[in-house]
Amino acid sequence: MGDRVIAGRAVVPGDARGEALVANEPLSFWGGYDFQTGRIIDRHHPLAGACAAGRILAVPASKGSSTTTAVLLEAVRAGTAPAAILTTGVDPFFALASIVADVMYGKPFPVVALTVEEFATLQTGMWVSVAASGLIRSTADGQPR
Amino acid sequence: MLDGRRGPAAQLAMSIVARMADVYGASELMDISHAHVDSTIYLGDATLEFAERLAALGARVAVPTSLNVSGVDECGWREWAVSPEWAAKAARQMLAYERMGAVPTWTCAPYQTQARPRFGQQIAWGESNAIAFANSVIGARTERYPDLLDICCAITGRVPAVGLHLTEPRAGQLLVRLAGVPRALQEDDQFFAVLGHLIGMRAGDLIPVIDGIVVSPPEDHLKAFAAAAASSGRVALFHIVGVTPEAPTIEAAFQGRAPAAAIEVTTADLRDARRQLTTADGRELDMVILGSPHFSLAEFRALAPLVAGRRAHARVKFLVTSSRLMKEEAEKAGVLAPVLAFGAQITLDTCILASPMLPPEIRTLMTNSAKYAYYAPSLLNTRVTFGSLADCVRSAVEGRVARDESVWETA
Repeated sequence: MGDRVIAGRAVVPGDARGEALVANEPLSFWGGYDFQTGRIIDRHHPLAGACAAGRILAVPASKGSSTTTAVLLEAVRAGTAPAAILTTGVDPFFALASIVADVMYGKPFPVVALTVEEFATLQTGMWVSVAASGLIRSTADGQPR
Repeated sequence: MLDGRRGPAAQLAMSIVARMADVYGASELMDISHAHVDSTIYLGDATLEFAERLAALGARVAVPTSLNVSGVDECGWREWAVSPEWAAKAARQMLAYERMGAVPTWTCAPYQTQARPRFGQQIAWGESNAIAFANSVIGARTERYPDLLDICCAITGRVPAVGLHLTEPRAGQLLVRLAGVPRALQEDDQFFAVLGHLIGMRAGDLIPVIDGIVVSPPEDHLKAFAAAAASSGRVALFHIVGVTPEAPTIEAAFQGRAPAAAIEVTTADLRDARRQLTTADGRELDMVILGSPHFSLAEFRALAPLVAGRRAHARVKFLVTSSRLMKEEAEKAGVLAPVLAFGAQITLDTCILASPMLPPEIRTLMTNSAKYAYYAPSLLNTRVTFGSLADCVRSAVEGRVARDESVWETA
């Protein structure tokens, strides 16, 4: 498999690159993400135990608590947030966290909305780069290009 | 507001609301007449800095605004494992929101206080359980507002005119048919919490319409349903045919359209969902925890006769989380005294999930709250047994988990 390019919708534009961490289950960051470490702690979630800090996190959407946004803001401040978040459809919670991270700390992270079909091409371990236009490049062998 | 003529705080809040309008795809903003702010929950320096920045800029809420739980019980935290540093910072965050002119309700069940909205009222609410309750049980209209945006809506009095604020997007989408679920089970006080947990997992993005409820559930059962469905899933609006105000009939709940999907829920499915809420495997018990969402007057009334003349086991803590208002009302109604005499402690303004209260030796919890049961294992690294209110009392007395399974086994 070679490189794949997806034209996503840049909900909050920005550049990022890193290793993909992908799951098909929505995630609540409150009760689901330890902002001290960047680790996913929701025991009901398939990514439980994985560290998302600095990685490209791909989950379909947020769920659960309204406090997801505040946990993400804490993670940005602590330097433990994902480098970017990719979703299926627009997720206002992730977008808001990024917008407030921009307002408060000048550190927004890219949030990109994909279709279900595009999202399905992503796999944990791929090397992914996100461009401000919403363009996403992924390489299956996990190597930066 | 964006030009700063209403001050720098309104300017900052509106800049966030306006950027979110683009995210939501809204072409215009609309007025709201109430807000409930979940941003009160203290997590760390970022939530505090956000609150204090707004307060320092002179932020004032533009509409009547209630406040969700905070990170500390200001009067009671010393009885628990809360550090003085945490207590001080959480209290600073509380003060910041009070300075903006919000009403210090400090509760995750604002709909059971004077902040209860009316049918059809346009509001901007945070707190997942309160959003689901206000939309579904009352018929008020709010989107699923996250922390940090709710306060911006309160300061501007404006929200993007999209989603659940409008009529059509409130139509049911997923038909959930209860198949042969007997009345006796529907009357059990665990039933609606379990059903909510199940539907949160199954509904995904769709608005569920539940058909087949043959009882008239008390408000606190619907509160338990809303909290459960908004924890295991992302339910912000549900309809129960013959129970909730926008669902007098199935046709009304779907606004005359056909369901996008349909599922059946059997008694066996409910048994499985109930089993999932229990993550403890033995009968060990360190603590019984009630009150997520915050315990209501009606719940205090139900608890009082169960504990009257009894005493919790010396090894078992028994904690009720509630609001200042409910504690006062329970006291006036004479139902607080028996609860305290039983050995219960009451925590106000916050809860075990929002404040680092529990000492590390607390490993096993028992609760009748599906929300506590869902979040406590991940957030507090504890194991939980889910049971009825009577099970919780009996277990506290015996000092180990005891559940009456008869309704669930025979159903």
